Amino acid sequence: MNPRHDPLAHAVLLLGAILFVAPLWLVFVGSTQDPAAIARGELSFLPGEAGFGAYTRVLNGPVPRMLMISLGMALAIAIGKIIISVLSAFAIAFFRFPGRQVAFWLIFITLMLPVEVRIIPTYSVMSDLGLINTFTGLWLPLIASATATLLFRQVFVAIPDELVEAARMDGAGPLRFLWDIVLPVSGANIAALFVILFIYGWNQYLWPLLVATNPRLDTIVIGIVKMVAVETETDWSAVMATAMIAVLPPVVVVLLMQRWFVAGLTEVEK
Amino acid sequence: MATLELAGLRKSFGATDVLRQIDLSLASGEMLVIVGASGCGKSTLLRMVAGLEAPSAGSILLDGLDVTSMDPSARDIAMVFQNYALYPHMTVFDNMAYGLRIRGLSRDDIARRVDEAASLLGLSEFLGRKPRQLSGGQRQRVAMGRAIVRHPKLFLFDEPLSNLDAALRVRTRAEIRRLQRRLGVTSLYVTHDQVEAMTLGDRLLVLHQGQPAQLATPMEVFERPADTYVAGFIGAPAMNFLPATLVNSGTAARLEAGPILGFVDGRRDRPDGTALIIGIRPEHIRVDRNGLSLRIDLVEPLGSETLVHGHLAATGEPGLVIRLAGKPPEGEVLTIDFPPEQIHVFDAETGQRLS
Amino acid sequence: MERRTIFGHRLLPVALVAPQFLLTLIFFLWPACQAVWSSMTRQDPFGLHSQFAGLDNFVELITDPLYRDTIGRTAFFMVAVSAVSMSLALLLAVFADREIRGRIVYRTLLISPYAIAPAMAAVLWILMLQPRIGIVGVWLNKHGIPWDYHLNDRQAMGVIVLASAWKQVSYNFIFFLAGLQSVPRSVLEAARLDGARGWHRFRTITFPLLAPTTFFLLVVNMVYAAFDTFGTIQALTQGGPGKATETLVVKVYRDGVVNLDIGSSSAQSVILMLGVIGLTALQFRFLGRRRPT
Repeated sequence: MNPRHDPLAHAVLLLGAILFVAPLWLVFVGSTQDPAAIARGELSFLPGEAGFGAYTRVLNGPVPRMLMISLGMALAIAIGKIIISVLSAFAIAFFRFPGRQVAFWLIFITLMLPVEVRIIPTYSVMSDLGLINTFTGLWLPLIASATATLLFRQVFVAIPDELVEAARMDGAGPLRFLWDIVLPVSGANIAALFVILFIYGWNQYLWPLLVATNPRLDTIVIGIVKMVAVETETDWSAVMATAMIAVLPPVVVVLLMQRWFVAGLTEVEK
Repeated sequence: MATLELAGLRKSFGATDVLRQIDLSLASGEMLVIVGASGCGKSTLLRMVAGLEAPSAGSILLDGLDVTSMDPSARDIAMVFQNYALYPHMTVFDNMAYGLRIRGLSRDDIARRVDEAASLLGLSEFLGRKPRQLSGGQRQRVAMGRAIVRHPKLFLFDEPLSNLDAALRVRTRAEIRRLQRRLGVTSLYVTHDQVEAMTLGDRLLVLHQGQPAQLATPMEVFERPADTYVAGFIGAPAMNFLPATLVNSGTAARLEAGPILGFVDGRRDRPDGTALIIGIRPEHIRVDRNGLSLRIDLVEPLGSETLVHGHLAATGEPGLVIRLAGKPPEGEVLTIDFPPEQIHVFDAETGQRLS
Repeated sequence: MERRTIFGHRLLPVALVAPQFLLTLIFFLWPACQAVWSSMTRQDPFGLHSQFAGLDNFVELITDPLYRDTIGRTAFFMVAVSAVSMSLALLLAVFADREIRGRIVYRTLLISPYAIAPAMAAVLWILMLQPRIGIVGVWLNKHGIPWDYHLNDRQAMGVIVLASAWKQVSYNFIFFLAGLQSVPRSVLEAARLDGARGWHRFRTITFPLLAPTTFFLLVVNMVYAAFDTFGTIQALTQGGPGKATETLVVKVYRDGVVNLDIGSSSAQSVILMLGVIGLTALQFRFLGRRRPT
């Protein structure tokens, strides 16, 4: 088998790549076509002549606000979850305190309950707390789950004892140790997790749908689904432009941080 | 049993030549050891013979058949890998039976061959275990067993002993030699360890930066190294080298330190004044009251013998190592002599042996 | 895992764990308890009073043929999505593992759909398959193949399986590729020398060594199909036509949020919770706490 020329591999991978890029390409070219033509069923794979007009139309509407909401939500979830998990994992890995085992198991249980399973009661809790239709309500319940905590715990536990002892002899207290040593050492993990959580937050659908009935709090993902659901919508190129905008940030993030992200992903699921 | 012939074999990666012009032929049943420092190309050579790398030029003939472009699975060659490469999810028995099953041998034939090899290697009680349940030495034997059962035309060994501890290495080395002799399979053995090379090979190929430095029997390589690289590589501690000049119409060498050493094996066909390197092994340097003065830097008593490190008082350079029998010498200075029948003469510019 | 050196503080760690603990309490345990409680109540038709009804809701669900249908439908969906997604990902990973020119480009292209939201995947596929504007949908109808997944049950199920599996291939691809790369090269070379070619080598050496990855992905894919596909299904078919694409999570949403039947949907949530716990327990039993290395 000649390692350089492998027509079969190229064929398969090309087909695969096309299968995965085609829908995105379609959306992109669709956004440059005439909406009336699309509505008549004339969507094509070739770029149209309407240029980027659809984008300017779309950016004058609610889209920029939806983008801000999505961005805010994604960042809040990524940063919030990382902070909480780092603190918990640090406590569990480096201290012995009453209730440690209990805390660990409790947190572990959260792994087994995705939000879709507890939507109704979580909603009523939010309602009791007055968080319905608030920005905080969009992200707060989503930062509690334990996947990140377990990952960090694993990373922290792998930090050699000698490092901890050296730090202690140098006079570092636990918080100092956390800030000066633990965090830098886990830098790559934090970066990878940031990407994963950012995407997770950006792509949320069910929860924001439930928690916010006020259209001013729509994320861009919710926005686009609403646009598409109204299938008598006439401005299809605007729909596609919005879809492009909705998809671009997370895809760009993944592309830029690809190496870290893949390494981090295959580590997270431990 | 098969003959192996390598003709004009070359390998380059882009602009770098990893192997240049390798020609050799092995007789049936012969064990050739390819030895050299890391990066000299020896593993690449082995992998080309196996078919895991494609040569840039040249041909490989196995028993007269040109296998140069054949897939490894068709060459009927077995290889023992440095890290054993056992199939982790299979038992020892299945590891050894794998190749035989592919070749379509009957259940009985397979069982017979595997049992045979297992008892030869002392693995009979481990046949049901998985690799992770075995020690390093046991895994190494399974790797060999897997090669043996195939009754291949050629054995390839890729530094199989380097992951074993020292004591095990010595024992296994002897076992490999005995096995190979008994089975009579033509073998190529790659190593960076010169002791393995000396003890295992019928012949040695010393590789230096992708080129063959010498191809000869172990004793020949030891007694008449072809160049300074081979001379310094084979034998421990390494041979001492002293700069000198050719004098007296090519019949003697004048050391930089002063004394003239006459050659006992004829004149060298070079003009007087040619720069030379004189080599002499640590065990051949004599203590002589009337000899050169050596300032002692370090004495290493090994019990049965002593290694003395020093430098010639006259020149300061080079550092010399002497191997003396018995207890360490007294004092700071030693007077030494170089017996002319033990010196090796090399051309300083090319490093080649002059004879 | 225990470590030798531990800080002696007592109060500090409690403070550090407190935020997560609190959030877990408020947003996991409390709702879970509420769900269990609600699952045992019955609303009156006006939603004003609720009565304790013991396990009535559960009994009603289990004896309801429509619920059983939904379970069957969900099971089919989970298996279909997992099978399609994993086999496609494995196929691509095997070829992407080879040393061909441009493999980095291929890998990047195949990994990027990970970033797309499940709901967005649905939107993209609508643009491909919608009967009146979707490029493929229009083509099918024009050429005499009646295509409308809003009307045809089978087509609807096909469409959600397709969109869901498509979205998940990237994730599976990443893990399969990593798994393939962790098979030691020398073991594969040994197999080649032993005479094993292409498919045979894959079947007897590579695939068995991929088993931990495969099992792990199977569980993840099943959970994904059961829950994370809500957005996809909602966007494409809303669970229709009728109930043709109503999976368990869609039903919880319909009954709880749309029809406001808190009792029944809570009971369904509890059943789902038990299912997830079961699956996760299975995963940890088989994989310990280690991911396949």
